[in-house]
Amino acid sequence: MPGADKETDLSERIEAFLSDLKRGGSGTGPLRGSAETARETTALLRRVTAQARWSSAGDLMEIIRKEGRRMTAAQPSETTVGNMIRRVLKIIREEYARSRGSSEETDQQESLHKLLTSGGLSEENFRQHFAPLKANVIEAINELLTELEGTTDNIAMQALEHIHSNEVIMTIGRSRTVEAFLKDAARKRKFHVIVAECAPFCQGHEMATSLSKAGIETTVITDAAIFAVMSRVNKVIIGTQTVLANGGLRAVNGTHTLALAAKHHSTPLIVCAPMFKLSPQFPNEEDTFHKFVSPHEVLPFTEGEILSKVNVHCPVFDYVPPELITLFISNIGGHAPSYIYRLMSELYHPEDHEL
Amino acid sequence: MSLCEMTHQCKAALCMLLMNLTISNTRLQVTNSSCNFPDGPEKTGDIERIKNEGKELTKEEKQRLRKEKKQQKKNKEKKDEKAPLESEKEKKPASSSPASQATAQPPTQKASSGVPAPAPVPVAASEAPSPVDKPAKSKAELKAERRARQEAERASKQSKKGEVGQQAAPSKAKAPPSELQPVVKRLPEHIQVDNPEVLKKLAKKLERQQIPLRSDYGYKVSLFSHLHQYSRKAPLTQQLSIPSSVIHPAIVQLGLQYSQGIVAGSNARSVALLHAFKQIIRDYTTPPNEELSRDLVNKLKPYISFLNQCRPLSASMGNAIKYIKKEISNIPSQCKEEEAKSKLQDCIDCYINEKIILAAKAIAKYAIEKISDGDVILVYGCSSLVNHILCEAFEKNRKFRVIVVDSRPRLEGREALRRLVQRGISCTYVLISAVSYILPEVSKVFLGAHALLANGYVMSRVGTSQIALVAKAFNVPVLVCCETYKFCERVQTDSFVSNELDDPDDLIVTRKGKTHLEHWQDVSSLGLLNLVYDVTPPDFVDLVITDLGMIPCTSVPVVLRVKNVDQ
Repeated sequence: MPGADKETDLSERIEAFLSDLKRGGSGTGPLRGSAETARETTALLRRVTAQARWSSAGDLMEIIRKEGRRMTAAQPSETTVGNMIRRVLKIIREEYARSRGSSEETDQQESLHKLLTSGGLSEENFRQHFAPLKANVIEAINELLTELEGTTDNIAMQALEHIHSNEVIMTIGRSRTVEAFLKDAARKRKFHVIVAECAPFCQGHEMATSLSKAGIETTVITDAAIFAVMSRVNKVIIGTQTVLANGGLRAVNGTHTLALAAKHHSTPLIVCAPMFKLSPQFPNEEDTFHKFVSPHEVLPFTEGEILSKVNVHCPVFDYVPPELITLFISNIGGHAPSYIYRLMSELYHPEDHEL
Repeated sequence: MSLCEMTHQCKAALCMLLMNLTISNTRLQVTNSSCNFPDGPEKTGDIERIKNEGKELTKEEKQRLRKEKKQQKKNKEKKDEKAPLESEKEKKPASSSPASQATAQPPTQKASSGVPAPAPVPVAASEAPSPVDKPAKSKAELKAERRARQEAERASKQSKKGEVGQQAAPSKAKAPPSELQPVVKRLPEHIQVDNPEVLKKLAKKLERQQIPLRSDYGYKVSLFSHLHQYSRKAPLTQQLSIPSSVIHPAIVQLGLQYSQGIVAGSNARSVALLHAFKQIIRDYTTPPNEELSRDLVNKLKPYISFLNQCRPLSASMGNAIKYIKKEISNIPSQCKEEEAKSKLQDCIDCYINEKIILAAKAIAKYAIEKISDGDVILVYGCSSLVNHILCEAFEKNRKFRVIVVDSRPRLEGREALRRLVQRGISCTYVLISAVSYILPEVSKVFLGAHALLANGYVMSRVGTSQIALVAKAFNVPVLVCCETYKFCERVQTDSFVSNELDDPDDLIVTRKGKTHLEHWQDVSSLGLLNLVYDVTPPDFVDLVITDLGMIPCTSVPVVLRVKNVDQ
């Protein structure tokens, strides 16, 4: 039966995606960028919308939530997956509300006035069936995909507003967004970039070779020299893995030190992050978002005699509090860290924060 | 005695003194020419011949060369402000007129070793008489001419400004140590690589001393174009000719160990240097008609240049060399050779014992008071002193655990880790990028130092300032442990002006079969920076533990002054 084929096909794809996520996190597979993950997630959700069996918006949302929980469980550190799921859920809500005829804006806001006048919570069941809902949702997801494809370019277009000539810019590790940003600025202006190599994975090396091939004067320094060199740096531009709801960052390890050094020298810290990295998590506990990889990156097995007697840690991410950040540059423009919570309410519905 | 009589007597005394001075000055100038100073100011074709024979210049040849050079210099124009690099270069006059003045100075430098040397070198003309008793040539007009030139030079040099060589300099005090002397310092050569004149002078000096010049390697980051950058694959010893009788083999071995990083760490380098000097003293025999006190110091100069070429001298090594030179110059001339040699060897042993070994014990005693049970102590890299402290504390049955932070490319922390684990201390190991993850667990940070600068900044391995910064952000106390012999009179505010650049190829690493930076030399806009030291501002450091006690960072100049007064 064609329906069953479609379903098995769909579940196969989902399984393939899940195993890809699991493998990608351990560092053995090719490192995929967040943008790729976001695109794949969205494409997969579009397929789910198209091929799964659902009759009302509520059903669809249930299906997506279920798949979403599985996906986020596969790789908890890859927050773009969860973000995309929440975006799609919001799209569904919007389309549903539009089909029903009510405006979305007022439904969202919880205000004291509404609480008093409405006399009890209105249960949004999402049970009504609308025929064009499917097509609308798929169209909206296509728009989202287009937006995703253009994020890096949108951010890179803003580069000339932030970089002047003869600047010394510092960055850490490897971020494709920052790479595009700097290369775009280098077409018109001449400046110098210092890349901190970010041990033990040393992704900074790749970044430096790529930038220098584009004709930018690049210097590679070790992580230990970040503070020593910071006094001559004019700006620090970094990418990040996730932007948290309070405006803080979850970025590659070493970023907190970089941010502290920049604060000490009053150097502005600019974060280039597209909107799909914004996650509605708050950093309540220290340990909730740490991720560790094999300690043999830090202390290899050749040091065998002492390995058994020593604890070795190799954390992957660092938390950077919002006080150390000067500016966020995203595909919709520049924002201060204190504004991030507002952007969140535009992108995600509060009920979707917990999948 | 009436006042008038006293003042008259004083005046008379002053006159006598001045006359003695001028007479002794002229005697000095003359004796300089007849003394056997191998790095006399000049070079002619004779030097080529002698170099080929591998012998040192004889007395007469040197005298002749010196006179010729004086003539040449008198006709040349005044060179620019940058004063000559090492103290012996003072003999090479920067300007034409004070030719004799300059030559007068070095002998007095060597001679007046008994006077303590607080801040280096007032270049004022000396008052200390020379103990030399050679016959003086007497030409009255020469004497008067020289005296006039001396006065002029003294006046001009007191208004000039320069920086003192921090490296081995013989004690240079001439004026009695006054509080507010005009500090005339000389820039060390190794931070003036971007000045071609300085490089030329250095090349000439090395040629004279028959030491090969090491050439820089690779593309240097523009911010550091004033520093040397050598490659470890091209050690200096490759350029030495095989029967090299100028440099003692112990020194060649030591230089190679320094440049390849086999002997690393401030204390280790100083101790190795002092042992090598002991070996040299053992093998030394005074040439006929020479004084041990002067000749031995001159023998040491090319060795020090060689070591400097292999790897720039550290502050502790500089202090050790100053001490040795002072001790050697203090040997009375009537002392027999064997006696003098054994006395010097005892001095060296005593120095090592007092300044390094006993100091470590004293520091450990103070530091153990600061370690309490249940502490989690963070250390960075491999500092012999901090390791000693931790081992001592563990032996005194303090319960604590250690977190060792390490950084590429040297990865010295692994060595510290091995030593601590061998003793049975429970350790954790992380890289420096993970330090903000691990700091919430830490109760204290112990750091070692390479040198303590006079403005309170701590010069140490690169990354130390970063650790202090993050520790401050987390409100964890930072304690620096440093022996007093590492205190130096330099001042520095950033890590750029005076630093050391290590081999840039060390940053290259192969991960998962890919080496991204392998061909970094082919890409013209790519540079690798491998810094060795950085300076930590004193507001990040809570306490400095020295063998004199526990002091705040800002008390370093007080300690320096106390030490100098003692000496």
